[in-house]
Amino acid sequence: MSVIEVRNLTKVFDDITAVDDISFDIEEGEIFAFLGPNGAGKSTTIKMLTTLTSLTKGQIILNGFDPVKNPNEVRKSFGIVFQDHSLDDELTARENMEFHGVLYGVDKKLRRKRMEELLKMMDLWDRKDDLVKKFSGGMKRRLEIARGLLHHPKVFFLDEPTLGLDPQTRNHMWNYLKDLNKREGTTIFFTTHYMQEAELYAQRIAIIDQGKIIASGSADDLKNQTKTDSLEDAFLELTGKEIREEVGSGLDRMRMFHNKKSK
Amino acid sequence: MSTIYILWIRQVKRYLRSKSRIIGSLMQPILFLIALGYGFGSIYQKAGEGNYIEFLAPGIIGMSIIFTSVFSGMEVIWDRQFGFLKETLVAPVSRFNIMLGRTLGGATVATVQGLVVFIIAIIVGFRFDNFLAVPILVLVMLLTALLFTAIGTIIASFLEDMQGFHLVVSFLIMPLFFLSGALFPFQEAPRAIQIFAMFNPLSYGVDAMRGLLTNQYYFGLGTDLIVLFLVTFVFLSIGSYSFSKIQA
Repeated sequence: MSVIEVRNLTKVFDDITAVDDISFDIEEGEIFAFLGPNGAGKSTTIKMLTTLTSLTKGQIILNGFDPVKNPNEVRKSFGIVFQDHSLDDELTARENMEFHGVLYGVDKKLRRKRMEELLKMMDLWDRKDDLVKKFSGGMKRRLEIARGLLHHPKVFFLDEPTLGLDPQTRNHMWNYLKDLNKREGTTIFFTTHYMQEAELYAQRIAIIDQGKIIASGSADDLKNQTKTDSLEDAFLELTGKEIREEVGSGLDRMRMFHNKKSK
Repeated sequence: MSTIYILWIRQVKRYLRSKSRIIGSLMQPILFLIALGYGFGSIYQKAGEGNYIEFLAPGIIGMSIIFTSVFSGMEVIWDRQFGFLKETLVAPVSRFNIMLGRTLGGATVATVQGLVVFIIAIIVGFRFDNFLAVPILVLVMLLTALLFTAIGTIIASFLEDMQGFHLVVSFLIMPLFFLSGALFPFQEAPRAIQIFAMFNPLSYGVDAMRGLLTNQYYFGLGTDLIVLFLVTFVFLSIGSYSFSKIQA
């Protein structure tokens, strides 16, 4: 059964098409990687899936609900770790976790238990009563992940979750996610720039470039399709070797600007 | 309920932790009370109007409430810039509850601020005799604070960043404050100012506070309360609507 169905999804910012008529399905319990160069439309797609941005055209069904018509039901179905900062710096680590737990209706006992487990896993337990503004970038990232895992949703979105994490923490995080996936059948939808990570954990991969899905399948499918030996090479073969810095080309700069405007 | 509470407590904690904001926002009312209160006191007395501090203090409480509450409402902009707004917007909590929790939190902060100014006014020389009116006074303060926090939220959904804040201060807060009867009585003011005052919700808040403390009414307590309740309700509704339309 598919837990996410996307049909002809399109997002246009003024005259820039960030996401261009994409369709895909994600099965319940699947670990799915959404890859693409900078500015390809990954984050915009996630924003539409998670009710943060309206869509221009097309349809999404998440856990049986339409984010346009039933945003609250959709919000009950997923959890998300954002790509960029989303903590309250004026609160402590513990207060940020509490805030999240209460909003997601995780009962007090379970909340406290998981909080301890997750903060210890992320090596933040000793700093739980410190204000987040005193944390380093890496610590904030770890806290965001710990917070995201506090409730156990049906679908988990992780937008470049491991960016800036050391291999140890990455490893802990993935073990936790794999376990969650196995025990609770949680669907995991993630984006990353580490091809190895996608190869290692994703059962299925879709590659998006300039707003369109240009290939999808298992890591092996993509390698066979491009006659390459690694996902990294397959990715480069499919998306080209040109660097897409987010402030690089004129189009990307425009896209950046529009993304910013829509925030 | 617990979600409204957690949003409320967050606003209160943020306020209590920002010492510079507390001190900064108390300085202005103190200055107004002392400079205007003592500066114009004798002229006011000579004009046969009585004690100016007695007249002025409720107006200055109103000023501190309008500044604090509009700013609290506009904090949505900061949350958006710092990314925290996304965290609340994807949560499975109705936007109405989020807006309500935030607004109650902002209004609580503004009310507390108003009470602190009230105490400062007493220290500076404000005298009142009607102690029984204090609970109703707090209600009026809270209503006024809710109203302007909601207005701050509405403004926040139109503005991109805090740079627009000065615009809001100059074109909204200042005119509403100066023409609310906070500084001078309306009875002998030009007709145009009297008409403006009728459409200024802060006038009713200031009038109720002044009336409760010193028994000098312009509109009357009944009118004040009815107008405040109605206008607060309307702006809370508009506020929750515009909050529900915010995209992150």
